Amino acid sequence: MERTADERILQSSPLRKLLSRPELGSVVGALAVFLFFAFVADGFLHASSLSTVLYASSTIGIMAVPVALLMIGGEFDLSAGVMVTSSALISSMFSYQMTANTWVGVGVSLLVTLAVGAFNGFMLTRTKLPSFIITLGTFLMLTGMNLGFTKLIDGTVSTKTIADMQGFPSAHAVFASTLSVGGVDFKVTILWWLGLVALASWILLRTRAGNWIFAVGGNQDAARAVGVPVTATKIGLYMGVALGAWISGQHLLFSFDAVQSGEGVGNELIYIIAAVIGGCLITGGYGSAVGSAVGALLFGMTSKGIVFAEWNPDWFKFFLGAMLLLATLLNAWVRKRAEATT
Amino acid sequence: MTETTERTPLIELTDVSKHYGTVRALEGVFLEVHAGEITCVLGDNGAGKSTLIKTIAGLHQHDGGTVRIEGEETRLASPRDALDRGIATVYQDLAVVPLMPVWRNFFLGSEPRKGVGPFKRLDIDLMRRTTREALLRMGIDLRDVDQPIGTLSGGERQCVAIARAVHFGAKVLILDEPTAALGVKQSGVVLKYVAAARDQGLGVVLITHNPHHAYLVGDRFVLLKRGTMVGSHTRDEITLEELTRQMAGGSELDDLRHELEKSTP
Repeated sequence: MERTADERILQSSPLRKLLSRPELGSVVGALAVFLFFAFVADGFLHASSLSTVLYASSTIGIMAVPVALLMIGGEFDLSAGVMVTSSALISSMFSYQMTANTWVGVGVSLLVTLAVGAFNGFMLTRTKLPSFIITLGTFLMLTGMNLGFTKLIDGTVSTKTIADMQGFPSAHAVFASTLSVGGVDFKVTILWWLGLVALASWILLRTRAGNWIFAVGGNQDAARAVGVPVTATKIGLYMGVALGAWISGQHLLFSFDAVQSGEGVGNELIYIIAAVIGGCLITGGYGSAVGSAVGALLFGMTSKGIVFAEWNPDWFKFFLGAMLLLATLLNAWVRKRAEATT
Repeated sequence: MTETTERTPLIELTDVSKHYGTVRALEGVFLEVHAGEITCVLGDNGAGKSTLIKTIAGLHQHDGGTVRIEGEETRLASPRDALDRGIATVYQDLAVVPLMPVWRNFFLGSEPRKGVGPFKRLDIDLMRRTTREALLRMGIDLRDVDQPIGTLSGGERQCVAIARAVHFGAKVLILDEPTAALGVKQSGVVLKYVAAARDQGLGVVLITHNPHHAYLVGDRFVLLKRGTMVGSHTRDEITLEELTRQMAGGSELDDLRHELEKSTP
């Protein structure tokens, strides 16, 4: 008690501060992967290649952000992958069947997708079953409904083209256009992705809701005991995933003009992997939106880097698994330090 | 005794009971909490201490008897309801979120904000500063309010939770076995902060199974055994020896001693 506060603060060096950042592992990993492919893959450093990498990263990143938030809140969403397809199907089929402006379909899709997210959250908080079970159920139901309804309404496994319908050009511009910056083409999804990362970081670090997200994931009972609205926070997080699925779904629809109803299965794991590589603890209470973005970037660099290096793309899964293991080990080590008690 | 009946207690439980299905968890409990006093609830494991505090904290509703808060008969709907009436509970194990910084834990559930509309945000400077100051006022000098609260010792964590309750204007502070998992020195530190909270005019309910800790700070003692109240004393009515004897099983202990003495050759 005699020591002054200043003396003791010196003990926490800048290095220690840096080590305690959740994104640290993923940033180091991303740098390593970047340098690796910069050396072995010809053309990896070309602006057009980097634009391809960023596009691949953004399509994963848009979903990895809300999935990371949900994971910080202590839950999973296995239905996230097929929910993207569902969202695209609803938008496409509603516009086509009602011969309405595509924007009407986009709006209806938003409402229905948010309702699916709310359903996930409501079932979870109401039944107190593990989110793994609840969202596995939703995953299977959505997968079946995607195929079933598409075949029922359109007779095939893909939707009819909506390219000639009213509002398609403007919706295409918003969700799937290409922007030229300095002679290099960038997909608009990169902007959506960066916007979502910024928004999620703001929510997590600067708002009351963010405090609640960390709390419900870190110690739900403590959070409830001090008056945090646990149920509302969790339902909100699932609706956040639904919002991401809606954006991704509209991109899927408007970058072409029709949707394959079987798509999206398996992607939910990719989003979770990106979030975990980015430093989210699968047990909840720790992680960041920026980390999920770095995780998605790692994903994009590896998948495209292997192509540029002209390797067999089968090796992609191997790299992915190795990175996941390394990231999880590092996170476990960080958590042990953070939770160490004397 | 005449003096205490004139003042309105902050909390007054009269013949309170609580059942879980067919299990009688609590029966016929009387308890008073006064401002600037510490009421100790003593009992062995399974005596009903947890059920009792959960009833006062708003996690459970009582089935029988009456609960009066500042003279007004009430039925608490939720922990939030209890908090709004100035009843703060510090649980032994679920008081904090270990991975969150001290200042975020301190304000959890009651975060101050600034700005308007969509730009409403946490007042982080205020939160950090207030946390430091509130802890210092309780005599806790923390290295860094940014460290995860999980890195603090068990005693320090209890103290932060107590300081938090005091800061948010709690009138009644319920402490669930604050010294149970702590060593002798740490227990002393926590008891000091319990006394500090009392000196700031709070009514304190201290749950413990340690009569020595209870007698150090307590003004009233309520003894529970298998869900029923077996004793209620003010400090001047009972000695530490008698409290310890009753707590340890009273006449049962005497019987046990006789049995053990007989069996020794």
